[in-house]
Amino acid sequence: MNRNLIFGLGLSCVVVLAALISFVWTPFDHTAMNIPAKLQTPNGTHWLGTDHFGRDIFSMIMVGARTSIAVALVAVGIGMGLGVPLGLAAAAKKGSLLDEGIMRANDLVFAFPSLVIAILITAIFGAGAINAIIAIGIFNIPVFARITRGAALSLWEREFILAAQVSGKGAARISAEHILPNVANLLIVQGTIQFSLGILAEAGLSYVGLGAQPPTPSWGRMLADAQTMVSFAPHLALIPGSAIVVTVLGLNLMGDGLRDWLDPKLRLAR
Amino acid sequence: MLRYALKRGLSLTISLAVASLVIFFVIEIAPGDPASFMLGINAEPDTVAALRTELGLDQSKLQRYLGWVGGMLTGDFGMSYTYRTPVAEMITDRMWVSLPLAIYALTLSTLIAFPAGIYAAARRGKPGDMAVMGATQLGVAVPNFWFAMILVLIFAINLRWFGAGGFAGWDEGFGPAMKSLTLPAIALALPQAAILARVMRSALLDILGEDFMRTARAKGLTRRQALWRHGLRNAMIPVLTIIGLQFSFLLAGAIIIEQVFFLPGLGRLVFQAISARDLIVVESVVMLLVFAVISVNFLVDLAYALVDPRLRSRT
Repeated sequence: MNRNLIFGLGLSCVVVLAALISFVWTPFDHTAMNIPAKLQTPNGTHWLGTDHFGRDIFSMIMVGARTSIAVALVAVGIGMGLGVPLGLAAAAKKGSLLDEGIMRANDLVFAFPSLVIAILITAIFGAGAINAIIAIGIFNIPVFARITRGAALSLWEREFILAAQVSGKGAARISAEHILPNVANLLIVQGTIQFSLGILAEAGLSYVGLGAQPPTPSWGRMLADAQTMVSFAPHLALIPGSAIVVTVLGLNLMGDGLRDWLDPKLRLAR
Repeated sequence: MLRYALKRGLSLTISLAVASLVIFFVIEIAPGDPASFMLGINAEPDTVAALRTELGLDQSKLQRYLGWVGGMLTGDFGMSYTYRTPVAEMITDRMWVSLPLAIYALTLSTLIAFPAGIYAAARRGKPGDMAVMGATQLGVAVPNFWFAMILVLIFAINLRWFGAGGFAGWDEGFGPAMKSLTLPAIALALPQAAILARVMRSALLDILGEDFMRTARAKGLTRRQALWRHGLRNAMIPVLTIIGLQFSFLLAGAIIIEQVFFLPGLGRLVFQAISARDLIVVESVVMLLVFAVISVNFLVDLAYALVDPRLRSRT
């Protein structure tokens, strides 16, 4: 294992652990207001200080990790769950109407940045974490479809696929049994990257009010609340922002590390 | 080249047509009737009906779709439901903030990323390379709106070099207007520059291993000369792709950054429109953003063909 992978895995584990522990324990109730103790800077009682309602920031960050991870994870799940089969199908029927249709549809979805999808969805159904998940998820579909198709196309030229065809297996079975396991590494790496982009997107959407709504804590909304107070309570902005940076940095390093680790050829080529 | 451009142009038109259909019918699903929303719950049914006729809401979906598209082609985006002013006018006003911001940011990001990427590639594996790569790793992880808040904290609140937000307006002159766009543009540009620098570096490193680079060195060019004369042009393909992709992220990012700096751009327009259920404005702004993304990708495709003649014969 390389340094990037270990460091990235370490950072990611800390965040995931914080999110998991928050289900059973947080230093304070993250919704409990305590106005006399408002806007405290980090201290012995409130490790990361308190916000303008006197809520404990450390507890809010822990619970906020849950929101970020849940939204990004489900969004990547949607992207993989729909994108990978589409990519496999397009590669199996290369050049066919199906392939052409899937790829053009991909191009179309690509023209809608996730923020724009979120704006459309919110305009219709109103804001909420579910809509953020759908918006980021839809944006992920073409990413996975493209990368799967690209990798699968070169596999279809290989002898072992020819052998599978000669033995009488159909395109769907070959895709599932022989193509998919061979593109899995690539998908894991891309999944990590999309996961980190999902965390960033969720934060952005919550910041502009299109994501998780109160009382669900989210890092993006904490930043939106902090904005008017940044001049006299900068820690309100610095702490949630650092949480986002640490999470995304950890995931990106893990993605880089995984790519090198899973594909030694790439490490030599670079 | 002309045939290639025509072919790409046709696919651009089809994409735009399909995108407009999708946007129109997605907005159609939205619950609530704009006319009754505008008039409030106490409105008489015949007043609502009259307004529906005035807004053209009583026509069939197909008629309204064709009317909407036809209008946009002639620059008529319809009337805002809440402001009762032409949407085209509102969008044009806001465009004068969002578009310069996106271009300013793209320029900054390119100006930072190119030297950084070239520097890192030329010093591959040395401390300089590691420092640049470390900085880009951090740059990619920083959310631009948070970075914007940090910039405000440092340069507007503590140092007082810039205003914390708002837009001076172009009437005040080029200098003050650009000054109020500077912090937003930096906030937008740095994360993008980090990505671009990484792409630039790896594209150059790929090129450095090619046979024609060895030939260039063998005929007596120094490493630097070979890089400038033969390396850069060939490394431009992946770099152009990313610049094209980034433009859409910049436009979308600009919408968020405008919130941080209270800039009266398209982003604020669309968020106000969402909360006022002014769907015709939402529809038009979204269409415009999608149009921008699709057209930029079209231009990038054409730029490819100019940089690499081999691509003209394909697709």
